[in-house]
Amino acid sequence: MNQAEQKKLDLLITGVGGQGAILASDIIGKAAVTAGLPIRAAETHGMAQRGGSVVNHIRVGNNYGSMIPKKGADLLLALEPMEAVRYLDFLKDGGIIVVNTQPIIPVTVTSGLTKYPDVSDILDFLSEKYIVKAFNADELAFEAGNRLAMNVVMVGAVSSYLPIPKETLLDSVKALVPQKTIEVNLRAFEAGRKKVEES
Amino acid sequence: MIMREYMLGNVAIARGLLEGGVQVLAGYPGTPSSEIIDTLAAIEDRDYHVEWSVNEKVAMEVAVGAAWTGVRSVVTMKHVGLNVAADPFMTLAYAGTKGGLIAIVADDPSCHSSQNEQDTRRYAQFALVPCFDPSTPQEAKDMLPYAFEFSEKFEIPVIFRPTTRISHGKSDIELGDIPVEKSAPNFEKLLDRWVMLPKNARPRHTHLLSIQQPIEDALAESPWNSLELKPNAKLGVIGAGIASVYAQEALVELGLEVSFLKIGAYPVPRKLIFELLNTVDTVLVFEELEPIVEEQVKMIAQESGLEVSVLGKTNGFVPREGELEVSAFLEALKKTFDLETEPEPLALGTAFELAPRPPSLCAGCSHRATFYSMKKVFGKDAIYPSDIGCYTLGIQSGTVETTLCMGSSISVASGLYHAGEKRPICCSIGDSTFFHSGMNSLLNAIVNKANITVTILDNRITAMTGHQPNPGVGYTATGETTVQVSLEELCKAMGAGFVSVVDPYKLEETQEAFKAAKDFEGPAVVIARQPCVISGKRAGIRRVPYVVDPEKCEGCKQCVKFGCPAIGFDEENKRAVVTALCSGCGVCAQICKFDAIQEVKR
Repeated sequence: MNQAEQKKLDLLITGVGGQGAILASDIIGKAAVTAGLPIRAAETHGMAQRGGSVVNHIRVGNNYGSMIPKKGADLLLALEPMEAVRYLDFLKDGGIIVVNTQPIIPVTVTSGLTKYPDVSDILDFLSEKYIVKAFNADELAFEAGNRLAMNVVMVGAVSSYLPIPKETLLDSVKALVPQKTIEVNLRAFEAGRKKVEES
Repeated sequence: MIMREYMLGNVAIARGLLEGGVQVLAGYPGTPSSEIIDTLAAIEDRDYHVEWSVNEKVAMEVAVGAAWTGVRSVVTMKHVGLNVAADPFMTLAYAGTKGGLIAIVADDPSCHSSQNEQDTRRYAQFALVPCFDPSTPQEAKDMLPYAFEFSEKFEIPVIFRPTTRISHGKSDIELGDIPVEKSAPNFEKLLDRWVMLPKNARPRHTHLLSIQQPIEDALAESPWNSLELKPNAKLGVIGAGIASVYAQEALVELGLEVSFLKIGAYPVPRKLIFELLNTVDTVLVFEELEPIVEEQVKMIAQESGLEVSVLGKTNGFVPREGELEVSAFLEALKKTFDLETEPEPLALGTAFELAPRPPSLCAGCSHRATFYSMKKVFGKDAIYPSDIGCYTLGIQSGTVETTLCMGSSISVASGLYHAGEKRPICCSIGDSTFFHSGMNSLLNAIVNKANITVTILDNRITAMTGHQPNPGVGYTATGETTVQVSLEELCKAMGAGFVSVVDPYKLEETQEAFKAAKDFEGPAVVIARQPCVISGKRAGIRRVPYVVDPEKCEGCKQCVKFGCPAIGFDEENKRAVVTALCSGCGVCAQICKFDAIQEVKR
């Protein structure tokens, strides 16, 4: 693998509208620019984001389009367990999945139309073909000081796979989260990173 | 040092407009175009006029007036907005412009947030105006100063057509300089240009046709159209706009040598297409939405008597609906080389039972409450035409039964009534959509005596597109205080005999108003007024959230059926649960027959 190849990484972030998928991808995107890497990203805006399923494509070291080809993603960062499964077609065989195990129950389930699958079944299913790092990021965020920092926990969790220095990512966190929440978010990042490094 | 920033495509477009010296901007919000004006309106230190206009036609005309003084102007909208603005636009092509005028019209392949997939390049062809079709956010930014100059050089408006993946893509962007000098406005009274009487329109049509070839020639030489011939390559690929980078990525990945024509500006460079056709056996055309380039390529091949097979959307090599990406190009290549295409592997997502997660109205959204009361009063049998906005998601409440285009709810309702429908008809339309074009429909319904109920869902903002102001809110795009237009006074002035304003969070009051409206002979207007929960929260509205008292809850699920994302059900204990998402609207507490939902005690 040459230098340029090593700096290339396709990452898919999936989740539910309102979980902060866009901020998570912005942290990585801004850091990539600081690190001097070309970057492309595609996001869900508009009608689809109202509590619906969302997917962001992030392509570090890429000079083409923002859309990851099918079976092209190296990494899948799922902010919600069921949303890890929904976009699996984009992930390479044997790719890495970092998944938050805290479910968000959709209205289709609360209203009795359908059932939410068992989280343990989801994880078993994912582990058949992929490398899975699963943990409850909502709890880690809560311990760090605010449940809303879950997205930053997840960025921390995925950070060691990114071709971007940790310090650059932390600077990006500082620049993008609300001023008052910087400390909480830095703790959240570290907690996520530690969780994956230890596993 | 070169400045690079991580930017949203629409922010890069806004930057491109600044670098091009824009002086007047007008637009109507529409995904995926809205953030262009949002960005430029938020800049405090500005030397240009920027506004949200009441609709796209109006916005277009504001931009036209400005450009006719010689300043650089822009109008922004989504693809379907150009249907609204088509009237001024088609004739503007004849009249032309003085200052550069760019109509930014964002297309939405795959209908991510739209009602159709129309291709704005067709409008460019139709109106005989040039069109720019960027392939990346960087190119989008770089094209805009050029587009202004081009517009001024030929004294013709131009279309700039980003697609969703450009507008809502993000990228590292290399910035350019922002000019200091700008034109001073000077409206020259060129009546043979600005007054489109038949005697003036005829020669302007001739003029418009006469500049087509020079325009095409200039664009063929521009950086946006480029041909790279590979010696001995038998396959040529033509990639247009964003589709060109998908094709390039696939070709690089495969290490395949082909001759490549990239098209980023129209009318298509026939000269370059001819050159390509002359050297290859097969041409694969890859473009987002309609086969516009492909049709031209076929015509050129036929006119020149060249035996080249032209593959694309017209013969099944590339899909004509939905959005393209790299895999679609790989599939087309396989078909081109007659390779076995593997059967579509069973999508993994379907191998595992997943609960659908459609977008839904927010917790505490007043639209849900209005729809609840509407359904209670009008019942299952009534007909519910609706319109375009967040509230279209009310389809889940069973109160959205038609959605055609902006403003159509009231007029479609009128048509249903005049056709002789005997069932009650209750339509719904948002405040911004009402100001956009619903007003005309209400006026029409009143004058022509349609016996319908019109519900204006007045959430005090244009919510779906990102909370832009509308004439009802009392401030402009830049936050300046302005006249606050009263919906009720407006409806009364148009002659509505029944106008009632209600708070949709108060179910009894709302249902009483609906009952009276239903009984009223003639068009009746119910205005359901409650600020959007998102913008309300930002403005500092705080309500006490609710909880379920498990002692009192009987597990009847009446509150769950209301469909609020903050209400769940604990299957184990057979009790409803109000979660932390609760915004405190209190509607579920009114629905509960057992008084089990109460405000959180502090």
